[in-house]
Amino acid sequence: MLEIKNLHATVNGKEILKGVDLTVKKGEVHAIMGPNGSGKSTLASVITGNPAFEVTKGKVIYEGVDLLELSPEERAGAGVFLSFQYPVEIPGVSMVNFMRAAINEQRKYRGQEPVSATEFLRLMREKKELVEMDSQLTNRSVNEGFSGGEKKRNEIFQMAMLEPKLAILDETDSGLDIDALRIVANGVNKLKTPENASIVITHYQRLLDYIIPDFVHVLHDGKIIKSGDKSLALELEEKGYDWLK
Amino acid sequence: MSDEILYEVTQSEYKYGFTTDIETDIIPPGLNEDVVRLISAKKNEPDWLLEFRLKAYRHWTKMEMPDWAYLKIPPIDYQAISYFAAPRKNAPKSLDEVDPELLKTFDKLGIPLEEQKILSGMAVDAVMDSVSVKTTFRENLAEQGIIFCSFSEAVQEHPDLVKKYMATVVPYADNYFAALNSAVFSDGSFAYIPKGVRCPMELSTYFRINAANTGQFERTLIVAEEGSYVSYLEGCTAPMRDENQLHAAIVEIVAMKDAEVKYSTVQNWYPGDKEGKGGVYNFVTKRGICKGENSRISWTQVETGSAITWKYPSCILMGDNSSAEFYSVAVTNHHQQADTGTKMIHIGKNTSSHILSKGISAGFSNNSYRGLVRVNPKAENARNFSQCDSLLLGDKCGAHTFPYMEVNNETAIVEHEATTSKISEDQIFYCNQRGIDTEKAVGLIVNGYAKEVLNKLPMEFAVEAQKLLQITLEGSVG
Repeated sequence: MLEIKNLHATVNGKEILKGVDLTVKKGEVHAIMGPNGSGKSTLASVITGNPAFEVTKGKVIYEGVDLLELSPEERAGAGVFLSFQYPVEIPGVSMVNFMRAAINEQRKYRGQEPVSATEFLRLMREKKELVEMDSQLTNRSVNEGFSGGEKKRNEIFQMAMLEPKLAILDETDSGLDIDALRIVANGVNKLKTPENASIVITHYQRLLDYIIPDFVHVLHDGKIIKSGDKSLALELEEKGYDWLK
Repeated sequence: MSDEILYEVTQSEYKYGFTTDIETDIIPPGLNEDVVRLISAKKNEPDWLLEFRLKAYRHWTKMEMPDWAYLKIPPIDYQAISYFAAPRKNAPKSLDEVDPELLKTFDKLGIPLEEQKILSGMAVDAVMDSVSVKTTFRENLAEQGIIFCSFSEAVQEHPDLVKKYMATVVPYADNYFAALNSAVFSDGSFAYIPKGVRCPMELSTYFRINAANTGQFERTLIVAEEGSYVSYLEGCTAPMRDENQLHAAIVEIVAMKDAEVKYSTVQNWYPGDKEGKGGVYNFVTKRGICKGENSRISWTQVETGSAITWKYPSCILMGDNSSAEFYSVAVTNHHQQADTGTKMIHIGKNTSSHILSKGISAGFSNNSYRGLVRVNPKAENARNFSQCDSLLLGDKCGAHTFPYMEVNNETAIVEHEATTSKISEDQIFYCNQRGIDTEKAVGLIVNGYAKEVLNKLPMEFAVEAQKLLQITLEGSVG
C-alpha cells in the first residue's frame, strides 16, 4: 500500500528526514517510536503533503501512485488521513459543515455523488457513538474551545467519518487520560479492516497496550534505526532509546 | 439554512459582466441647471420638486468632495457624466410588453419577475438604469394599503406623501453626494406601510447600472407608520466596464411609534479588474430615523462589490425606547477600497444600538470600519455595543478601524470591542488534509467568520451572499 524509499526532507532549510525507508501493507499496523526531535511528526507531515516541509530526495509510492505529485487534498481524497498531534481550531465553522464539506469533496475526488442529508446525519450519529463523543461537540465550531482530550477524540471521529485507507495517528495518545486513551484506541481498533492500514506515531509504549502493532520501528535522527515486532516496544519502555544509538 | 455553504465553480472574472443591447435615451454628458430642469421635465415632475432639485444643485456647486475617508479617489469629472438614461419604450403594463432583451437580462441575473418567483414571496421593483420597468405584486399589497412603487410613480400618484417625508432624514445639504443625488436623482423605490400593517412579504429591489458612462442616482424612501412592520431587500449587480461608474444613492427610512423596518443589502457592483482598472464608485447616504417610541430600524449589509465604497448606513434614535442595529460584512479583494460603517445618534431616552461589523480584506485592498456613536445630553440610559472584527487574507492588504464616541450623558453605557485575525496556514492545511481545497477552505472559514451577520439576512439573500463571499475571494490565497 505504502512504500517509502530513501526519503529526505527539510524544514526551513534544515534536514530532518535523512533517508527513511518504510513499507506498509494492507491490514497492517505500524508503530513508529523515537525520542523528541527524531522526525516522527515530520514523516507524518511529509506523507500528507504539508507545504511547510520540502522533500529533497526519495520516493513515496501509495497504491502505485507517486504520492509526492499529489496536492494535500488529493492525498486525502485518495484515502490518506492524518490525526493531528495539535488539531487546529477553526472558529465559526461548525463540525457539521466541516465534515459534510470534507466527505463530499473526497467523494467528488473519487467520482462519487455527494452524500444525502439523511445518510450524512445517520453517519454522524453512528460514528459519534463509536468514539463516545458528546453530541454537543459536533454542533460547535471545529475544535474551538475543545479540551485536549476532546480534540483527540474529534480526530478519531473524523477518521471514522472519512474511512481512510491509510491512517496516520500522530501522538494521538499525548494529553489523554487513561479512559480517553481506551476510548480512542477502541475507536481505532473498530475501524481496522483487512483493507486498510495505520501508522501509529507515539512516544510511549502505553498506547500499544491497546492498539497492537504488527511492526514497531524506531526513528532516530531522521532514519529508522531498528524495526521489530511488539516486543521491541516493551524493550524500549524498559531500556529507553540510548542503547540503540 | 444560512449554514448551508454553497460553492460555485466560476472563473475569477466578474460573473455578471455583460451588457444588454437596448436603445437608451441618454442626455448628453454634463451638469448644469438646464440638465436638472430637463430631468425634472422628462419625469413630468411638479414644481416643488424641480425647486428642490435646483436648490440642491446650487448648494452642490458650492461644496467640496469629502476627503476624510481612508480612500484614494481619483478625480471625477462630473461634467463627463450623463445624468439621465431611460429605456426608450414606455412603461409596459404586463410582462408581454417588456422588451425581450431586458427580460433576458433579468433572467441572467436571476431576478424574480417570473411566476415561479411568486412562490418565494417577493415583490420586485426592478430598476433598469433609471426608470422602473415593472412592478409586481403591487395590487396584492395595495389591498392592505401598502404602497410599493418606483419613486417617480410615487411623485405622480402620492405627491403629498413624498413631499411630506422626502429629505426629512437626509437633507439635500447633508453632504456632497447627497446634494448631487438630490439634484439629479433618477429613480428608485418608494414604500409606505400604513398604521398597524405588517407587510406580508419581503419587498425587494434590484438595481443595475447598464448604460455606458451613466451615473446612477437612486433615491429610496421607506415610511413605516405606527405599529407597522416591513422587511426590505436591496441587491445589485452591474456589468463589466472599463470606465469608472459613479453611483450616489440616498436611502431614507422613517419609523414611527412601535414600527419596525429591516433593510438588507447585498451589494455586488462591478469591483474593477485584478489590476484595479474600472469598477463602480459607490458613494451612498443611507439613514433612518426612529421617530416614534419603541420604533426599531436594522441595517444589514453584505458589501462585496465596487472599486470604492463610501457608505455609512446610520440611525437617529429620536423616540424613547427606540433601538437600532447595524450588521455588516464588507469584503475587499484585489485593489478594492472600502470605508464603511455606521452612525448611531442617541437622542431619546432608553435608546439602544448594536453594531456588528466584519471586515475581510484580501489582495492589495484596503478595508476600513468608521463608526460614530453619539449620545446627546438628554439621552438618558442610552446603551450601545459595538464589535468590529477584521480578517486579513495575505499580507498586502489593510484593515483599519476608526471608532468615534461622543458621550454627553453620564448614564450612557457604550462598549466597543475589536479584533483582528488572519487565516493561518495551519487552518488551511487542516482543511486540505480533510480533502477540502484551499479556495473552498477559505470560503468555509470566511462564511463561518461572517455567519453572525449572514444569519440576519432573509434566507434567499443569505444564500446569495455566501456565494458572493466565496466568488469575491477567489484567487486570493495560495
